[in-house]
Amino acid sequence: MGQNKIALWVIWLGVTLTLGGYLGYRLLGEDKSVFLPGSTSHGHYQIEMACSACHREAFGGGEVLQEACMNCHGAELKTANDSHPRSKFTDPRNADRLARLDARVCVTCHVEHQPEITTTMAVTVPGDVCMHCHLDIAEDRPSHEGMGFETCASAGCHNFHDNRGLYEDFLLKHLHEADVLPRPRVAARNLRASLELLDSYPFDRYPLRQLALEERDAPQGYREDARINQQWHATAHAQAGVNCSACHAGDSVEKASWIEKPDHTVCMNCHQDEGEGFMAGRHGMRLAQQLSPMSPALARQPMHNQAHNKQLSCISCHASHEFNTRHAAVEACLGCHDDKHSRAYKASPHYSLWRAEQHDAERTATGVSCATCHMPRMLEQHGDKTRVAVQHNQNDNLRPNEKMLRSVCMQCHGLSFSIDALADTVLVQTNFNGKPALHVESLDMVERRARKERPRPAGEDSG
Amino acid sequence: MRVKNIITVMGLATTAVVLGACGETKTTGIEPKQMADALHMVMESDRTVYTRMIVNRLAVEEKVIKASEHWKDDKALVLPAQMFRYGAEMVAEKGANFSYSLLSLWPVNKQNRPKTEVEKTGLNYIADNPGKNYYAEETLGDTKYFTAVYPDTAVAKACISCHNDHKDSPRNDFKMGEVMGGVVIRIPVES
Repeated sequence: MGQNKIALWVIWLGVTLTLGGYLGYRLLGEDKSVFLPGSTSHGHYQIEMACSACHREAFGGGEVLQEACMNCHGAELKTANDSHPRSKFTDPRNADRLARLDARVCVTCHVEHQPEITTTMAVTVPGDVCMHCHLDIAEDRPSHEGMGFETCASAGCHNFHDNRGLYEDFLLKHLHEADVLPRPRVAARNLRASLELLDSYPFDRYPLRQLALEERDAPQGYREDARINQQWHATAHAQAGVNCSACHAGDSVEKASWIEKPDHTVCMNCHQDEGEGFMAGRHGMRLAQQLSPMSPALARQPMHNQAHNKQLSCISCHASHEFNTRHAAVEACLGCHDDKHSRAYKASPHYSLWRAEQHDAERTATGVSCATCHMPRMLEQHGDKTRVAVQHNQNDNLRPNEKMLRSVCMQCHGLSFSIDALADTVLVQTNFNGKPALHVESLDMVERRARKERPRPAGEDSG
Repeated sequence: MRVKNIITVMGLATTAVVLGACGETKTTGIEPKQMADALHMVMESDRTVYTRMIVNRLAVEEKVIKASEHWKDDKALVLPAQMFRYGAEMVAEKGANFSYSLLSLWPVNKQNRPKTEVEKTGLNYIADNPGKNYYAEETLGDTKYFTAVYPDTAVAKACISCHNDHKDSPRNDFKMGEVMGGVVIRIPVES
């Protein structure tokens, strides 16, 4: 009996130590999948092994999670002029609404680790969620009488958060626009303005001037490769006085401290906004969490087999020394992405424009590459200066796709045409090869309501 | 043993006295009504300054800039009602224990029509009794509030021209000095 007891104790101890050791090993390693209560959504699966990205503290409730949500998504929601900000729900007069839907916290509608109930945009509440508060919408908007709950956010009319391109007065302002606007083009880049905005740029060491080939300052053993030298000399770097040492020198320009393969942090010394965008999006979010770089092999989207082993950093699209932005804008994307939309691109009118632009200075900024839509050029305000910056977070305007209306589509197309095109899922798959086959009636409804409105005298919008 | 008991009894007695004293401690601070009145005095003054000296002067009198609900897109002045709301939202974000909003029986934005019984009674009261405020207590969710409703009057032409002409305004006959809505201030009180 005593021996049996000892044996049980030994077994218990053995099992406990083995299990504890195994779980401890998994907890400290990169693969923590054993602890996952369920796989995460499309937005988070890449970083689901960085548990502490969301579960920032071992103890603490919803407020810890909410802080984590806002840490990554807060600024974006503010920029989007969020239609349902937290402050709309904290007012005591909305206590009855809160009892039905606690919209103060993100996890009310976006619960993670629930793949069975997760729909598009990681929404985990039933599709009639709008009706909790807007059931009586037809009282204010008779035109909405009889519209189903499923049409609010799915028909190109409303979004829960971002309605910058959909609000009524905006639609009213853009009635009857042509499918293609008279002078369709995107913002031209102004690299020099960007450089001048860098507070800490060492202009004394790297003054803004074209460098000659023989001025390269790489040490012996690194300065002999003619191909690299030519590539560098042809880039904006050499044209703006950015010498080899600007990226490669560690503590000094000596060979011993030469950094052979500078990482993204070096690029970010000058290209900080671009780097931050990259790390906020699908391409760099793993790096931002100190995980191994994203690789097509890890992607849930269809990728080319031969690209599976690639690892994403700045230079995977902007090949080092060449830094060819035209390559980065199309070929780099198509080197990995193998979905219907990507495969259809080269047969699209957008690609024809991209090719036509290449050899015709008159057509500068009229081409439409992958990056034109997915990494658009944005006007950034810095005090009293404006610069054109490329948004490197490719997810910034992707879902819901109406976020593209203002930042992308309306640079060249009328609003009604753009809304229709984005709502046509088949057209999206064929990469906009053709005209929209459906029509979203929101602009027509706005126009009908405006006609009924009484005329407004001069001095409108005065107070 | 007896000494130990005496010490225990004394200890308990001291604790009881201390706890009793805590329980008896009365708040000698200001009453909710005083606080609400003071808050409203600041709000009303700032609101009037912005409406008269910024919006009415620049948009209506000098016509150098417009005021628009879509002030960012239209590169225009923030509407006085928005100015008020953004301030209230910022106060809420800072975790204040009071809240305030601008409501009306004739709101341009339907979200700003009265919702609770106190709001309905209060807004009707201040509309029917010019110059008077309305005070009441109400329970919303699990919390009891001291709620004050103050008249918000047309202090500039900008107020009436915008509301009378707005396509979503349910009333278009506002006159200068008339009550157009009310400022509602809520302070949680112990039930």
